[in-house]
Amino acid sequence: MIENGTPKSSKEAPPLRVEAVRKSFGAQKVLNGISLEAAKGETVAVLGKSGTGKSVLLKLMIGLQQPDSGSIRVHGEELRGLRREELNEVRRKMGFLFQNAALYDSLTVEENVVFPLERNSGLPKGNKKKRARELLAAVGMDESLNKLPGEISGGMQKRVGLARALALEPDILLCDEPTAGLDPITAAEIDALILKMQKERRMTSIVVTHDLPSARTISDRLALMRDGQIVVEGTFEELEGSKDKFVREFLNRGS
Amino acid sequence: MELPAEFGAFRGELRAAWSDVRPVTRLLTRFIEWFGELGLFCGELVRGIFLNRFEGAEFAHQLDELGSKSLPLAALAGAATGVVLALEAHDSLLRFGAKSLLPALLMVSIVKESGPIITGLVVSGRAAAGIGAELAAMRVTEQIDAMEASGVNPYSYLAATRVLACIVMMPLLTLVADFCGVVFGWITSTLTQPISWQLFLEYGCKSTTFTDFLPPTMKTAVFGSIMGVVACFQGMRARGGTEGVERAATRSVVQASLFIILADVLLVRLIQVIWP
Repeated sequence: MIENGTPKSSKEAPPLRVEAVRKSFGAQKVLNGISLEAAKGETVAVLGKSGTGKSVLLKLMIGLQQPDSGSIRVHGEELRGLRREELNEVRRKMGFLFQNAALYDSLTVEENVVFPLERNSGLPKGNKKKRARELLAAVGMDESLNKLPGEISGGMQKRVGLARALALEPDILLCDEPTAGLDPITAAEIDALILKMQKERRMTSIVVTHDLPSARTISDRLALMRDGQIVVEGTFEELEGSKDKFVREFLNRGS
Repeated sequence: MELPAEFGAFRGELRAAWSDVRPVTRLLTRFIEWFGELGLFCGELVRGIFLNRFEGAEFAHQLDELGSKSLPLAALAGAATGVVLALEAHDSLLRFGAKSLLPALLMVSIVKESGPIITGLVVSGRAAAGIGAELAAMRVTEQIDAMEASGVNPYSYLAATRVLACIVMMPLLTLVADFCGVVFGWITSTLTQPISWQLFLEYGCKSTTFTDFLPPTMKTAVFGSIMGVVACFQGMRARGGTEGVERAATRSVVQASLFIILADVLLVRLIQVIWP
């Protein structure tokens, strides 16, 4: 178990490394020198109370927001200071599953998945639709190709969101509360899907969640956030054995 | 070291004066910040147009959205302008014994100013609110973030297509408004004193030159760019749920109309200088 968010040392640059990142919105300090890294094929679940900056951390990792200070490296490449086109190149290696799926509401389910493929994949035209259908079949949404996002349930939207996040075959997957607002059965289905995709593609994943059973199922390692920092990291079993009051309170309440 | 009493009094006066001017400086700062953000937005927009792939299908969709849906509005506004101008001008010209000048007066005033400005304001009311609300809704539901996260430039896909569609469609809608204005002006004047369409058109066109028609029609492309830029800017920087969407839509209409009126004043003078 690693305390105070000290990243592990490794010879090769990890796919994702966050070092001493600070982020404030006005007077409100959200991230206070946070450090975190994920190795290839590893899934890290980031847990913490609401409003501790977990979603902000994910948005910083994909360059949707800029840190005030600190470093974010994706495959060794520093995100700060990249031009939009350079940043887009990095983003093409990453997938992002949004909390509310964030599907394009004027496009059908199929068009939502084709959208990134049309713009950022070198596939021939006919193959893009084929690939989108394969992805939608993999998440069990091949029956709803022509439906609009407003016509399908929240769980189905998450499935489509996952298919869209995986469209460009990313090697890093960022998930923001993948099971939030879903019933336990649908949540377990989404977990199983993420797990299946991770195994098939050996992706590095960062999953922000409040859902402890979900975190236990899909992650190799947990990182607990408090006051804008990672206060403790380790496997679920290691954290269960922790005597830290905050860790105990969090795990007991969540399980 | 002890400071003299006069210095303390002076410091108090200075502080009071500062608190008086503070709201003004804050307002000024916000104003400068707004223009700065608008400048950055325009920079991203230009990069989106020239450095990224051209989103032809989305551009065509926006042409249809803006053109076909604003067409009845532009036609109606043009027709109403023609009717009102014909009624007002008829009485005035009658008073000066210059009733025969009605076709010319109607044609020149519609083509030169009434048609373009009325089309600009009416279409901006519909299109700017629509674009502002649509993009704001996409912003607050993270759809624009999702676009960026998948490596797609939203300035190219969302903003550039809408701004270009506004620029292309505005002169075309103005032509429709001008045509309806002239036709309904003729119908109105015919009700009081019958005159054939051919004769009306002949008298009207005789007094209308190329410079009366083309520059004012083309200036609506500038109105279109103002409308598109302001609406996309307000939409893409929206924050705060439903209220943010409402705010973006309202600001889009108000600011687009305001800037169109200001631009019209400058463009009328510019046209007069270039084509005296």
